[in-house]
Amino acid sequence: MKRAGRKVSEEHLRYLKKERTRTAFVVAAQILLLLQFFVVWELLARYEVIDSFIFSSPSKMWASFKSLSASGVLWRHVSATLIETVVGFVSATAIGLVIAVILWSAEALRRILEPYVVVLNALPKIALGPIIIIWVGAGKGAIIVMAILISVVVTVINILNGFLSVDKDKILLMRTLSASRAQILFKLVLPSNVSSIIASLKVNVGMAWVGTIMGEYLVSREGLGYLIVYGGQVFNLSLVMCSTLILTVLAALMYFCVLILEKIVVK
Amino acid sequence: MKEVLRLKNISHRYHGKSGETEAIRSMDLTVKEGEFFGIVGPSGSGKTTLLSILAGILTPSSGTVERSVSAEETGYMLQRDHLFEWRTIEDNVLLGLEIRKIKTAERAEYALSLLKKYSLGEFLKKKPSELSGGMRQRVALIRTLALRPKLILLDEPFSALDFQTRLTVAEDVRNIIREEKVTAILVTHDISEAIALCDRVAVLSARPATVKKIFDNPIEKSLSSIERREHPLFASLFKEVWKELEFTDEKSREKGE
Repeated sequence: MKRAGRKVSEEHLRYLKKERTRTAFVVAAQILLLLQFFVVWELLARYEVIDSFIFSSPSKMWASFKSLSASGVLWRHVSATLIETVVGFVSATAIGLVIAVILWSAEALRRILEPYVVVLNALPKIALGPIIIIWVGAGKGAIIVMAILISVVVTVINILNGFLSVDKDKILLMRTLSASRAQILFKLVLPSNVSSIIASLKVNVGMAWVGTIMGEYLVSREGLGYLIVYGGQVFNLSLVMCSTLILTVLAALMYFCVLILEKIVVK
Repeated sequence: MKEVLRLKNISHRYHGKSGETEAIRSMDLTVKEGEFFGIVGPSGSGKTTLLSILAGILTPSSGTVERSVSAEETGYMLQRDHLFEWRTIEDNVLLGLEIRKIKTAERAEYALSLLKKYSLGEFLKKKPSELSGGMRQRVALIRTLALRPKLILLDEPFSALDFQTRLTVAEDVRNIIREEKVTAILVTHDISEAIALCDRVAVLSARPATVKKIFDNPIEKSLSSIERREHPLFASLFKEVWKELEFTDEKSREKGE
């Protein structure tokens, strides 16, 4: 806990300075490592140590990026993937949370459904791809359903476990205050599970990307997953690498958004 | 003196997969208005079961509970403070009023005045983790008192505190309860604590629990709980209670203090 207005000793100032220097060093090293990676890659390709037709190169990726963005298709693909991922992520979390609340409040239902949840969790959701395509159609719908399916079960399990691990004595306390089931949920169970819900969000961000890209591999006409598959089919490795890199950046950005949310919610 | 609670021939059994556990067997008990009533018994003797019955959150398998105070008028204080970390001290104290949807300005004012009265006024906006164990336990008591209970049940409320804090918090709690004129039932396995705080002390047998004997505490009420511990009659009463407990169950003695 920070205590404002307290006098700081010389020694402590020195300590803080040292800590800052260390952090700066680590960040600099991280950036340098990335730069080095691209420089070495570029040099290896340029001096033909590696075949740039198969391995591409940073400059080729950049050219590919420029032509994509100049023709205006880049944004169409990026936005398609982003929308699918965000919708999948938000719906999976919301649906998972609602199911967890229902299972928490109905013990009999929870016991009945337990084996089904376990089996569903074990099932590789990608196997459902063909079924989803037939049921939902080979479009955005199927991709979003895939993104939801891939993370909803694990969301239910994680959040429900958090709900069930609330201290029994705290529930007893709520009961001695004559709290209703809903009050126990909203005043105790949900607030004490903010961190487990955030943890679920973190997992789901990654899962939603997996679901979306898998979905795009299977059905789509647009999106980064489509660009990657298409690039692979026509042996345009620069397009594949460039799309993969954009994907990496977007996935990281979305993860950081969740981290910022965590900072705001968990004070 | 008016009776607050009367248990008549109470029995209670728990059912589990491994079988049936008889927690309480034909127990009779009467608690009078305004008294500080102590219940001591060996560990696992069904004290908490008894309190749950007294609080009205558990219905006994058989027997009747007559009460002049309703379940709403009964406050409960648990072993640990169970303050909610995401709420400030002020909001923790107001929790009961919120839950019962009776949070009027006047009631909230009363709760906050209790915090101020018992020197927690400057911590209203703090989080529980910023308070010491003793302070937290006082906050927990005030959370209970905010509902203006007529009867307060204390389930080993000091057992999680270190000895030093335990003595001072026990004294605080006794003072607060006496000053607010609430009837209190304290469950503990600490004989000296029961004698220091209570006007009467009931000794329970090992499970299934029955009331073995009830001791009247001859030590003046006006003394502080610390002074009561030093009173000449303290040691002799301690011995009597101890003896009674000792015979209950040889095995539970090690935990019974």
